[in-house]
Amino acid sequence: MALPPTIPFLNWPWDDLLFLILAGLMLAAAVFVVIGRDIVRSGISMMFAFAALAGIYVLAGAVIVAAAQVLIYIGAISVLILFAIMLTQTKSGPAQLVFHRQAWAGALAAVGLGLLLIVSFINTQWPLRVEQRLWSATDEVALLLFNDSLYVFALQVVAVLLTAAVIGAVFLAKREEAPDPGEPAPVTLQRLRRPADASAAD
Amino acid sequence: MSQSLEAYLVLSALLFAIGTFGFLARRNAIAMLMSIELMLNAVNLAAIAFGAFTPQLQTHAALIALLVMAVAAAEATVGLAIVIAIYRNRRTPLVDEYASMRE
Repeated sequence: MALPPTIPFLNWPWDDLLFLILAGLMLAAAVFVVIGRDIVRSGISMMFAFAALAGIYVLAGAVIVAAAQVLIYIGAISVLILFAIMLTQTKSGPAQLVFHRQAWAGALAAVGLGLLLIVSFINTQWPLRVEQRLWSATDEVALLLFNDSLYVFALQVVAVLLTAAVIGAVFLAKREEAPDPGEPAPVTLQRLRRPADASAAD
Repeated sequence: MSQSLEAYLVLSALLFAIGTFGFLARRNAIAMLMSIELMLNAVNLAAIAFGAFTPQLQTHAALIALLVMAVAAAEATVGLAIVIAIYRNRRTPLVDEYASMRE
């Protein structure tokens, strides 16, 4: 059974319904990421926002970007962030105060920025735009990436950048072996307390 | 609606504003990083939207989005490593308690 070309009674194309559902899901998930009290739930909600955004990329005709979004954002970055959340969870659970005390200023700035962007987007005449949405072909993306010397250079730079990021992350996150005398007080205190506790147990 | 450039751009602006609010208002450093990811995604969505409605930009937009994703991955890796390194020292992920650089 074939679907009718538009939604019955509403006369919308199906794409519009899909766009509305995905956009609503993405915005709701994004708002929950930002205002959620429990940061683990914020992290999971971020995965939903990324997934809905991948669907919007498909609607916008960029299939390769949607696939990369699923692989990189949902597959890699979300998992990385969830691991970091688990490593930095305090025992007292979610913080009592989620926002800074000056959060109202941030809200004001965000609303102002959003309104400015929306007004300028709607009031600009884009001279090169076409009426129909285009589908981008994956093979053309590959040809451009490996033929255009500018993008080949960018590809190499990104490769170096990723290597540097991995090495830098390992260097930053690894534990130092020997205690450093110049360390701040809390860590030094903790290290000094341990032998005392051991001698008290004796 | 899915055939209009403005719908995608407005969606991207809303996502960027949400990310801005999260970055400015959250106390948790990882929540701030997540907000940055949302803002990067908003920029990607705008690039893809322009590519979808401009024949001259079409494949370039996809490539720019892919490059932004790679840089975002690198940024997330280093940012989270820094957060974990600070957490190991200060025992808290809340940025307003990292006050020692101010003194």
